[in-house]
Amino acid sequence: MNDVLNYIVFGLVATGMLFAVIRLIKGPKVSDRAVALDTFNVIVIGSIGLLSFVFDNGLYLDIAIVYGILAFLETIVFARYLEGNHDHR
Amino acid sequence: MTIVEISSYVFMIIGGVFYFLGGLGVLRMPDTFNRIQAGTKATTLGAFSLLIGVGIAHPEWLLKVVLIIIFIALSNPIGSSVLAKATYKAYGAPDNVVEDDLKEWFGGDDDAR
Repeated sequence: MNDVLNYIVFGLVATGMLFAVIRLIKGPKVSDRAVALDTFNVIVIGSIGLLSFVFDNGLYLDIAIVYGILAFLETIVFARYLEGNHDHR
Repeated sequence: MTIVEISSYVFMIIGGVFYFLGGLGVLRMPDTFNRIQAGTKATTLGAFSLLIGVGIAHPEWLLKVVLIIIFIALSNPIGSSVLAKATYKAYGAPDNVVEDDLKEWFGGDDDAR
């Protein structure tokens, strides 16, 4: 019973990840790709937490904390690149 | 199946459904601002629910789970706002906009940088 419920939850999470990756490949603009990558990063954080539940190992949550910090920094850097006008007044 | 496992799986299935809906909104919305809305709100609630489910199943990890939830609640709206402002500065308003109040802040006179 636990295996079936784990398969259901992992199927839903993996389908969301697949949709975000499809939008990241076929985005017409650069900002669409940045938005899809932000969504993909948040889905990966939740997936690492779910993996720590399945493996009964609390060490994966530390990896999720560090990945969350780096994903936020990546989003800020991409948005700063998209603004353009790097004249540094 | 105790009541703790049942409630934990209920929270995790709700989180998985909201992750699925966030990916679906990013895939099928017509405009960039709609994609920002769908892909940040739905995944924020999905992350909250799924991590609360993991913390119910294992109460000794509750401090790390609460730390991840607090960090997502602080960082994800900031990322959404910054992406929206960067999209406006890079590509302008969409075509079917009714009222463009953001033009008077950074329209072309380089204020409020």
